[in-house]
Amino acid sequence: MSDNKLSLSRRTLLAGTAATIAMPSVLRAQGAGVKLGILHPVSGALSYSGTQGRLGAMLAVDEINAAGGIKGLGKIDAVLGDAQSTPAGGTAEVEKMNSAGVAAIVGGYASALCLAISQAAARYDLPYVVDVGVADAIVTRGLKNTFRFGPGFGVIAKTAIANLAAINDAAGKPAKTVMIVHEDSLFGSGLAKLLNAQLPQHGFQILETIPHPTPTRDFNNVVLKMKAQNPDLVIPANYYNEYVLLARTMQQQHVKPKGIYSVLGGAASSYKFVKEFPEAAKYIMDCNHWFDPKNPKALALKKKVEDKGQFFTYEVYMNYSCVLLTADALARAGSADRGKLTEALASSSFAGHVMPYGPTKFVNGQNQGAAPVNTQVLDNDIKVVLPAAFAQAKPVFPMPA
Amino acid sequence: MLSPVILIPAILNGLLTGAVYALVALGLTLIYGVLHIINFAHGALLSAALFAAFFAFRLLGLDPYLAAFLLAPVFFAIGYALQRLVIGPASHGDDRNMLLVTLGLSIIVENALLFAFRADTRTIDLPYAFATVDFGFAFLAVPRVIGFAVVFAVALVLWAIMRFTDIGKAIRAVAKEKLGAELAGIDVAHVYAMTFGLGTACVAIAACLLIPTYYVNPSVGDGFVLIAFTIVVLGGMGSVPGALIGGLVIGVVESLSGLFLGESLGQIGIFLIFIAVLLARPTGLFGAKA
Amino acid sequence: MKGLAAIAAVVAVLAAVPLFVQSNIALNFLVVTLLVALAGQGWNILGGYGGQYSFGHAAFFGTGAYVTAILQVRYGVNAWAGFAAGIAGGAAVGAFIGALTFRAGLRGSYFALVTLAFAEVLRIIASVAPITGAGVGTLIKLDLHPAAMQFESRAVFYWVILALVAVSLVIAHLIERSRFGAWLIAVRENEDAAKALGVNATRVKLGAMTVSAAITAAAGCFYAQYFLFVDSGIAYGTWISVEALLTPIIGGVGTVFGPLIGALAVKALSEGAKLVAGDAPGLSLVVYGCVLVFVIAFAPRGFVGLLAAAYRRLARAPKKREAAHG
Repeated sequence: MSDNKLSLSRRTLLAGTAATIAMPSVLRAQGAGVKLGILHPVSGALSYSGTQGRLGAMLAVDEINAAGGIKGLGKIDAVLGDAQSTPAGGTAEVEKMNSAGVAAIVGGYASALCLAISQAAARYDLPYVVDVGVADAIVTRGLKNTFRFGPGFGVIAKTAIANLAAINDAAGKPAKTVMIVHEDSLFGSGLAKLLNAQLPQHGFQILETIPHPTPTRDFNNVVLKMKAQNPDLVIPANYYNEYVLLARTMQQQHVKPKGIYSVLGGAASSYKFVKEFPEAAKYIMDCNHWFDPKNPKALALKKKVEDKGQFFTYEVYMNYSCVLLTADALARAGSADRGKLTEALASSSFAGHVMPYGPTKFVNGQNQGAAPVNTQVLDNDIKVVLPAAFAQAKPVFPMPA
Repeated sequence: MLSPVILIPAILNGLLTGAVYALVALGLTLIYGVLHIINFAHGALLSAALFAAFFAFRLLGLDPYLAAFLLAPVFFAIGYALQRLVIGPASHGDDRNMLLVTLGLSIIVENALLFAFRADTRTIDLPYAFATVDFGFAFLAVPRVIGFAVVFAVALVLWAIMRFTDIGKAIRAVAKEKLGAELAGIDVAHVYAMTFGLGTACVAIAACLLIPTYYVNPSVGDGFVLIAFTIVVLGGMGSVPGALIGGLVIGVVESLSGLFLGESLGQIGIFLIFIAVLLARPTGLFGAKA
Repeated sequence: MKGLAAIAAVVAVLAAVPLFVQSNIALNFLVVTLLVALAGQGWNILGGYGGQYSFGHAAFFGTGAYVTAILQVRYGVNAWAGFAAGIAGGAAVGAFIGALTFRAGLRGSYFALVTLAFAEVLRIIASVAPITGAGVGTLIKLDLHPAAMQFESRAVFYWVILALVAVSLVIAHLIERSRFGAWLIAVRENEDAAKALGVNATRVKLGAMTVSAAITAAAGCFYAQYFLFVDSGIAYGTWISVEALLTPIIGGVGTVFGPLIGALAVKALSEGAKLVAGDAPGLSLVVYGCVLVFVIAFAPRGFVGLLAAAYRRLARAPKKREAAHG
């Protein structure tokens, strides 16, 4: 019994310090290696997104290790965790990863999970890099360990509206009335609230805001309302399955607004959707997370993922970028010490990622350059249409009849 | 919202959706009526059947309406085996344990599907999937109209089986008075398994009706389970006409309350009607007195 | 007294655990396990002792969680006061649902599904009502001070939940020994016969439901304090209704320690399955489900039943030997 007591308290000691102590001396030459926690909901309701996130993260880990690991620290030893799509599951995994001596944790995906993970990791001053989770609360809680690489929905809503106004103005303002269809949990509701507050200021009239649950089995009534009120613009904000059902139902009922302008649309900028439903997908616009189409690293990653038979979804390239960011910070910190790593992340100016953000700059944990971009489905492909710096094509608006 | 141009299509849509709910509930009500258990595994079996229909299309090139003729007997056999070899023995005849065993089964089936096929959403593309029947002001999707007709056909076949065949009479006997049936020489374990098989076959047919307009992933059945439970109890447990009418009623209630309250809050209509009916008639619309 | 002594012994042993175990993995695991045990003990009062199976205990869990979260976040109420209010809120919901359903004479599976319907109604309302934050949920401010019922050390959280579980064990014990408990069990065994003997079945069931709801609501309040984030799926989702009924049935319905043993068994099984199955999505849950089915097959009366049967066999063995040598 006493042996256990000793080893347990030793483990807690180690939990707060570098993992390099435990590594065999053979690797000491180029660095003893560093542990990185990769935490996603790979089972449960969010398993598709979690699996894609893990894929992106591991592609980055493998790439870094193939090139010899992190300068001065050695190879990355990925500690995989399954958050099981619940905050309790995420919390339990953080405890395990902390005990295993990880230098940092990357992932989360869903805002509710990110909230739980960040507060559990904060107990140990364990740096946590958020991959996607868009709730603004994640970075406004004052937790020093939390860094969000991507944009929050405040920025997303603002960008989406500004871009919409720009596209509408450029086409001679053909769109005035709007109908919002959103999923009723955290990201959909939060976004809808912001859209309702800001769209009227740009001269848009919101005819109706329709929340729906996930899952929704049938969109016929929603489309009936669309038919009756005939909005110029439909703004969907939901997950993949519901988006597909909605788009198919609109096609079935011959509902063709002047534009479908999605914000964080589940399928609007999804290669899977374009491939499987090319007719329904034509001309749909999205303001969403997207990679930099002019970055050769991004294109190389896209090819790698598609060769594996997977779709190049945002979870993949955002997690890929987050791991690269963390590795860069580790190299700059020169050690896996959590305090030094936190400082390195806070002061990072990392440009080696594949997103259209510019070099990272964290203020209170939020990457300032992070923003969504506008895409449109054109010629059976997804092209960036705004901002101009990353655009591959001009937006087609209104949708041709 | 009150204009007939919207109301009538909404009601029609509700009927079409309700028909599929009714088919899922039919299987569940049969199982409840005879085995007196709420089959928690019903949703997971629906997901499995959807995967089967998907692969029947992808690998065998079978149109879902044809695949139903293959999948119904296959899933009947699966249901029979599940009850005979797993649920029956594991639960020792205790209702409470049967509940937990079906719960365990639902976890196993859903996660086995996840492990085997990943969580990607799969859909099939059929040439007639977007075709509509024009009712003037309402466009009704062809697959859903066909589904409506098929559900009634299945309900009729089930009724005929219950009424005229030996196994149907045996099932009704066991449902009414298990001990007496046993004493009369009926093999109760066999009847239980046949019932479970029939219920699972219904689910397989429902999957084939759903797949042209819906999608497939390991947890897709979960979205139908609560509604199916609601319909079973509303219609009266064990009543085939109850499940059919209950399904249609719930479909229309869901559609109209979604129209007036929004899709999210509208879901409440189903459960409020359910509570109201039960408070007034504690054994459901067509249920036997407890 | 023997029952109370047993409870005191078990609680004392459990209370000593943080003195020997510093691992936060273990402490977190135990906190979550005790939380589920508490929710399950609530269910056990109504379902185990009363025989009324509820599929909607999430209604009480969620009410407890939301009441305390909303009071703290929107009205600045102190966390401890919010906790008490949450328990009261849960009990009120229990009394309301009980009054409606028992007076209408709902029983068995009809009662079970009606409770599920009530839980769903609450979930749907919570997902759209502005006061709960609707889809965005309610986030309690992180403030690791005892005054805010949040603690730096997981061990303190553990002792708090253990205290709550201890109270629930005592309540179960008192019910077992009381006249109220006798009436409740009589209703469970045969409601019509009990009524014929003069038991006011509706009032007894209502009382059990209120106590049951209060205990499960306490678990909800604790969840809010421990995880700080509540949304409609977390508060009123079927997951907690299932956990609340699974643990007592596995552990042994209608017994004082059933839910506690069941919670430990179920959570340990879940962790064990993860160890065995590794990282592949879904595999650990397949293992979990299989073991669950096996456990039910071989321990139909729950673990308490197994232990009781083993005890009886041990107690009988020396007597048999005596008889043989007789």
